[in-house]
Amino acid sequence: MYSDKVMDHFMNPRNVGEIPDADGVGQVGNPKCGDIMKMYLKINDGIIVDAKFKTFGCGAAVATSSISTELIVGKTVEEALKITNKAVADALDGLPPAKMHCSNLAEEAIRAAIEDYRSKNPGK
Amino acid sequence: MTRDTGKKEIYLDHAATTGVKQEVLEEMMPYFSLRYGNPSSIYKLGRESRQAIDMARERTALALGVSPSEVFFTGSGTESLNWAIKGAAEANSSKGKHIITSNIEHHAVLHTCLYLQKKGYDVTFLPVDRNGLLTAEQVFKAIRKDTILITVMTANNEIGTIQPVAEIGAIAKEHGILFHTDAVQAIGNIPINLKTLPVDMLSLSAHKFYGPKGAGVLYLRKGSRITDILQGGGQEKGRRPGTENVPAIAGLGKAIELASQNIEKYNAHMLNLRNKLIDKVLAAIPYTRLNGDREKRLPGNANFSFEFIEGESLLLLLDMKGISASSGSACTSGSLDPSHVLLAIGLPHEIAHGSLRVTFGETNTEDDIDALTEALIFSVGKLREMSPLYENAAKNI
Repeated sequence: MYSDKVMDHFMNPRNVGEIPDADGVGQVGNPKCGDIMKMYLKINDGIIVDAKFKTFGCGAAVATSSISTELIVGKTVEEALKITNKAVADALDGLPPAKMHCSNLAEEAIRAAIEDYRSKNPGK
Repeated sequence: MTRDTGKKEIYLDHAATTGVKQEVLEEMMPYFSLRYGNPSSIYKLGRESRQAIDMARERTALALGVSPSEVFFTGSGTESLNWAIKGAAEANSSKGKHIITSNIEHHAVLHTCLYLQKKGYDVTFLPVDRNGLLTAEQVFKAIRKDTILITVMTANNEIGTIQPVAEIGAIAKEHGILFHTDAVQAIGNIPINLKTLPVDMLSLSAHKFYGPKGAGVLYLRKGSRITDILQGGGQEKGRRPGTENVPAIAGLGKAIELASQNIEKYNAHMLNLRNKLIDKVLAAIPYTRLNGDREKRLPGNANFSFEFIEGESLLLLLDMKGISASSGSACTSGSLDPSHVLLAIGLPHEIAHGSLRVTFGETNTEDDIDALTEALIFSVGKLREMSPLYENAAKNI
């Protein structure tokens, strides 16, 4: 059973889409497992000013993607890297035990997008 | 999250379970608190319960075309399957330890076979083709000197494919090998007459045909050697002891009677709905495939894969529209892998994850097909919009 918050983020996902001139793009997951998350970040002066996502996955995967974009916008890259899977799950009022891996995926997607940004912008 | 209100709830998961019919419920009601006697008691109250069980056994026997003495009541389809397979394996182990089955059986069969494998039995899991069908020839070729049991489902619970049970049974008979069929999904949906069908054992479950949950049958052809499932008192000839679940058994009897009386009409009704749905969905939604043979399938079963999306998400969106269906995605099975049946027919994991099973029942109408198609166009579209796989596919076109 999903929390109301998970259902809200699943039914009305925030920030779905792509950022054509993204500064960092990260894709994690595997179609074999039924989960793929693609995260786009726009970063100005080390601050995440916009985030968008596309996700193939279950209700929890969509909801964690959606809430993650909300959690990181306005944060510095360093702050975003500190967001844990637990923080993602907590922000959704919890996830069923079998779905906790979805929150790992969100954390990994953020990290992958930031790594991409850093590889394109050495020293930042 | 508010679901669409004011709309009719549309139940399209009859392979999961069905609601108890009014006539069935009426048959059951007296045996809860009015006629609560133990069927083993000799006084009137007990005899009334005994009569209810006898009546249910006769009705079941009549519906299946067998003798009442060959009908054994159990607590579920799973119990019947376990009994048939383990019982046959144990009783015939001196002759051999080889069992033949298919790779798309229900977990109650697959896991029982895997359990026996651990106990030293050798199991051949015959692979089905891309349409989910097995051939009698495959079974014939798999037979060895030490084969003691063949168990193949009559119809598959996910993709609805109907196996050549009559031919497989004939081969088993020729070789003197016990043949069991899991007919849990078939009974009530397609006509089955054991007078002519060469089957030694058959399992069924009442709640799949408008009977109560917690009531199953193992049909055991006279002379079939299997061990008893439990040790205890004399119930079910001491082969499945335990005080009988009288209301559930009475309900099963009534339900199978009604099912066999109505089968032709019911069959035609579902066939019409299923064919219309398949045509409509395949035409309306691109990147969609039908899983399982188009013709050799249960009349009420349609199973689709919608590429680039995941099944649980789809079920959630349909639920919001008041539609109940099921999926073979990993997220709905509670494991990391999607349905073993969809993988067995050769679907790649990601396409198996995007499956939807629709199973019709008596009260469904053509309006339900329209509502489902409309909901699918919306839901699949919405999920594809947010799927990175769809985006990649669109770029490659």
